[in-house]
Amino acid sequence: MAWQWFYRMGSPRWFYEKTDRWIPWLALVTALLLGTGFVWALGFAPADAKQGNSYRIMYLHVPAAFLALAGYYVMAIAGAIGLIWKMKLSDMVMKAAAPIGAALTFLVLVTGAIWGKPTWGTWWVWDARNTSMLLLLFLYLGVMALQNAYQHQGTADRASAILALVGTVNIPIIYKSVDWWYTLHQPATLKLTSESTIHVSMLYPLFIMIAGFYCFYALVLIFYTRLEIVQRERRTQWVSALVEGAK
Amino acid sequence: MSSGLKALLQRDLTLAFRNRGELTNPLVFFLMVIAMVPLGVSPESKVLANLAAGMIWVVALLATLLSLDSLFRNDFDDGSLEQILISPHPLYFIVLVKVFVHWLVTGLPLALISPLLGVMLFLPDAGFVPLCLSLLMGTAVLSLIGAIGAALTVALRKGGLLLSLIIMPLYVPVLIFGASVVRTAIDGFPVAGELAVLGAFLAMAIVLAPIAAAGALRISVNG
Amino acid sequence: MSFQFASLAEFWTMAGHGPYVWACYGVAFIVLAYLLIAPRRAHRQYLKQQRVLKVASENLSKAKPSQAK
Repeated sequence: MAWQWFYRMGSPRWFYEKTDRWIPWLALVTALLLGTGFVWALGFAPADAKQGNSYRIMYLHVPAAFLALAGYYVMAIAGAIGLIWKMKLSDMVMKAAAPIGAALTFLVLVTGAIWGKPTWGTWWVWDARNTSMLLLLFLYLGVMALQNAYQHQGTADRASAILALVGTVNIPIIYKSVDWWYTLHQPATLKLTSESTIHVSMLYPLFIMIAGFYCFYALVLIFYTRLEIVQRERRTQWVSALVEGAK
Repeated sequence: MSSGLKALLQRDLTLAFRNRGELTNPLVFFLMVIAMVPLGVSPESKVLANLAAGMIWVVALLATLLSLDSLFRNDFDDGSLEQILISPHPLYFIVLVKVFVHWLVTGLPLALISPLLGVMLFLPDAGFVPLCLSLLMGTAVLSLIGAIGAALTVALRKGGLLLSLIIMPLYVPVLIFGASVVRTAIDGFPVAGELAVLGAFLAMAIVLAPIAAAGALRISVNG
Repeated sequence: MSFQFASLAEFWTMAGHGPYVWACYGVAFIVLAYLLIAPRRAHRQYLKQQRVLKVASENLSKAKPSQAK
């Protein structure tokens, strides 16, 4: 039956054993993509006409931003699946996705600030994207704090799922509101360079970095989920066997 | 409205007014913080006039946050929330009634006292009515969204601060448009469009927020 | 496509933007490394800790019968 694979996928043990085999390959692909991307971005992509070499920060900032936002949806969807179908594994993925997303959002904010200094002369600008990213960080931290606050894991999971879903509805609203607010108040002195049509030779390393970041995200999500599995399933026989094997 | 919901409304209103002191806390907070703004920034009317709209809105938001913790907590602590949950009335309307009472005793007074604060901060004349209107609608939205956070944290002991943390990002659009209504009016432009956006937020919140809050209540109480 | 810098020294200074670019890549390296290492470390430590606990509880239950007098 078609649903069999769906429920089998929901077994933490199945996930743990499958990922045992996937991890080396995924790690290899990630290393290749990120390695190539970093080298290309730093050394071989041509310098930008307007921004010079500081634009190389884009190769970090943009992929991280993609993943920070996508990661929130991963978290929210995992939470929804766990809430609706009561799939334990989905709850674990949701919990695992939170710190990863928060760390990547933090990276976006830091690289954005450092990129801003030489480019627009200021560390921070309260524009739509920056502000929305900051609020995204707060949303992630909220989910992490809520997870931490409950004694009972099941309650924590259901509460965080609701919070994550409420946040999902709000992300577009927040972005649109801040965008509207910023265009209304855009200070005359600050002219944000609109994205000029980017040259193809700069796009290739960007695509590689984005792909590399996606693979990296999957890899790290798997790591954090496996940690969750081992902690939550400690009373099962197969985890006890793992514990036996530990040094 | 069914007699059960009407009874709940009466009960909550009676309880709210029984403790007059608790009612005035958000208002006094509102007043005191606004009084501190000139002390911390500058007493000049030009500077304050610039800040007035935003500051009043931000402080109203904070005052609402302060009062949210008690939305469900008292009922949770003495066990009546559990009883309410197993009653035959739809939880959606129960939440709506509770939020309505909360708004009546926090948001509404805040909106009504805002002209006084406008005077304290040298708010230009054109801003007073828009300030009141935007706060009337805005605080209702804040109470509704805040109910979600209150429901999520009601079972936690130190829920208050966590509540503020998780609700703040969700408040940002309301703050932006609420404060903007006042600034637009001060600048001399028509505010109907922005008030309409606030109205849209209110409509969305009335429809969606009690659903999320009801789900969160079940989770918190059933542990 | 060729290496964009005339020398390694130029690569380092990035025409004046060096501190910014390298600060960013440094932070990125730290964040990415942390995300890779932290969960695996916690995983290993958790298994180890559980093993220690298990051994300790086994010793305790082994000791009990002999202690019962």
